[in-house]
Amino acid sequence: MLDDEIYSALTEVFREVFCDDDLVLRPDLSARDVPGWDSLRHVRLVLAIERRFKHRYPASKVAALHDVGELAALVKSYT
Amino acid sequence: MDERLLYEELAWLPAPPADFAARCGKLIYHDNPTREVRDLAGHALDESRLNRLASAILQLVSAKRDLSLTPFRLGVIGSGTLDLLVPALVASAARHGLALECVKGHYEQFLQEAVSATSYINVAKCDAVLIALDYRSLPLEAKSGGVEEGGEGIAAAFQLVETIRAGIRNHSGAVAIMQNFPSPPESLLGSFDRLLPGSTRASIQELNHLIAESVRGTSDVLLDTASIAETVGNAAWYSPSQWNMAKLPFSNAFIPLYADHVARLLAALRGKSRRCLILDLDNTLWGGVIGDDGLEGIKLAQGDAVGEAYLTVQRLALGLRDRGVILAVSSKNDDEVARTPFRKHPEMLLREEHFAVFQANWNDKASNIKAIANELSLGLESMVFLDDNPVERNLVRRELPQVAVPELPDDPALFARTLAAAGYFEAITFSAEDAQRAGLYADNARRVALQKQAIDLDSYLESLEMEITFQPFDQVGHARITQLINKSNQFNLTTRRYTEAEVIAVEQKAEYFTLQVRLKDRFGDNGMVSVVICRPSKLDSISEPVWYIDTWLMSCRVLGRRVEDMVLREILMHARAAGVGYLLGRYCPTERNAMVRDHYPNLGFTFLQTGENGDSDWLYSVQSGMPKSSMVVRRHGFDSLAVPLEMEFQ
Repeated sequence: MLDDEIYSALTEVFREVFCDDDLVLRPDLSARDVPGWDSLRHVRLVLAIERRFKHRYPASKVAALHDVGELAALVKSYT
Repeated sequence: MDERLLYEELAWLPAPPADFAARCGKLIYHDNPTREVRDLAGHALDESRLNRLASAILQLVSAKRDLSLTPFRLGVIGSGTLDLLVPALVASAARHGLALECVKGHYEQFLQEAVSATSYINVAKCDAVLIALDYRSLPLEAKSGGVEEGGEGIAAAFQLVETIRAGIRNHSGAVAIMQNFPSPPESLLGSFDRLLPGSTRASIQELNHLIAESVRGTSDVLLDTASIAETVGNAAWYSPSQWNMAKLPFSNAFIPLYADHVARLLAALRGKSRRCLILDLDNTLWGGVIGDDGLEGIKLAQGDAVGEAYLTVQRLALGLRDRGVILAVSSKNDDEVARTPFRKHPEMLLREEHFAVFQANWNDKASNIKAIANELSLGLESMVFLDDNPVERNLVRRELPQVAVPELPDDPALFARTLAAAGYFEAITFSAEDAQRAGLYADNARRVALQKQAIDLDSYLESLEMEITFQPFDQVGHARITQLINKSNQFNLTTRRYTEAEVIAVEQKAEYFTLQVRLKDRFGDNGMVSVVICRPSKLDSISEPVWYIDTWLMSCRVLGRRVEDMVLREILMHARAAGVGYLLGRYCPTERNAMVRDHYPNLGFTFLQTGENGDSDWLYSVQSGMPKSSMVVRRHGFDSLAVPLEMEFQ
């Protein structure tokens, strides 16, 4: 899967989870930059991404994520 | 449809529309938000979509928009992270006609919140409190063996559960919805766990039994989570990763299913369970079309793979009737013909006396369902309508959104399971009167008069995006043409039967005009739906060439879709191009084809003469009007398509 494809799929998921159709993803985007990105939202986000890509990520890898770039890399490593 | 996904994906509900998110976004501006909310909630929504809809509903509530849904305040306490559940419950409750407000307890505070009279939950004036405990919160230590240790664990767990339930009941006055416990798939000694006192599996089984006994006969309600999980598989239900990551008590994939189950119970508490099941007949209660295939031709037999599927549907309907659900029929059929299997087919489980109302006619089903509801003095929101035909389902959904119309898969083997999975008839009590209720309504399978057709059929037909294809007879079509010619009884003007060799002979005669007609719509391809054969003829009174319509038949499945108009239109175009002056149509009455008695006069033909055996002849000048086109037309295989283009745009 190409980075572009991953980003475009991730954008869809983010927009759905954050109910914000204008949200734009950048690799350096992190929870601090997005209003409402709390721990619960983070759980929703991971679950929605797992569902979208039909992946299962171990908790250790999820816990180590700091920004969207690392998230995209995690997704890529499983595709 | 994959039967494993029926439950997880709520496959009895139609798939969400492509503009779902946009419609949620615009909900706040909608002029009929109640209808829009119920429509959106009525789809198979995954967790994200439930969430999205719940946000939109909350927006409406904060804006104090008037929602005519029944208010319900639900407390939610229990183990693990229940936050994901709340929005799913709000949106699922809307599906069942409730405006749900959730009051969620604090993380892992269920015991304190239940037993303290002044707790957040107990003072919230809840109508009901969902006690969603997980087995991991119970003092069930998996001790090794020994009846006593096992018994202690169970007793302690049961006491905890009962303390919580009593606390809620005594302090808040709310109905307690007590959830039982699915078994985790991990076993220690395999099958023996079931026999080993104190094993998790044996303890949970015993505990569930105690809970059921304790709730039975009280005003509290059981949520049989153990059965929900078992249905989808306990290994899928319990996700160790999600428990570790976020303390989700069960996999988030099943949040929509779980939430729908809770919402069904809440609706049942408010008397909103459905009460009447309206059944289509052909290809829903038996395989095939009674009017065309006849008593011997319909599939409905033990030992026949297809027939058994339909028997399963009948068995389910009977079982529901025994539990108080009223049965009715809505079928496009002649009344007498439709009743024949109920009277004469030895394998039928359902009989006329099981139905309160029996509507077999050629009117649209929305009008018929309204008539049934009126006759039974039940609201439309009490009705469930089961029909294999997606066009009928969609018409009813569109015209009567209050009626529940389950989606059905192609395979009739799954009809009964799908209907049962939808849980329309959720009960919280069952009494002797319930058992007799259906009988009070029924026994006579009566026919009721329709009111005026109230629906806008034109706009519905337009929404079907129909595409009709005309071709002359050809090699590929022979088999199906011959089949239709030999089995169509109802919409068949002359009921002339031809062998395949004769069909081929007709095709090869240049002076004959033939049509095979196919119809597609947005629900799929209906295949070949109509066949026409015209041959040159002469009439003494008329000097111009005449086409005699030797055969005109159509599948009843596409009745009421204006296919006849389109076919006449097509014949007229070709007749004009061939220099023909008149069409001569004949109706030869049989026992089966009364429905087309007025076919020619309805199309504007004028009466010419009566012949032998009650035949009647009808005439149409090709220069008189042409029916309006109501769908996209495709043509293939006409050698000299001498139809002038401008005629297409009349």
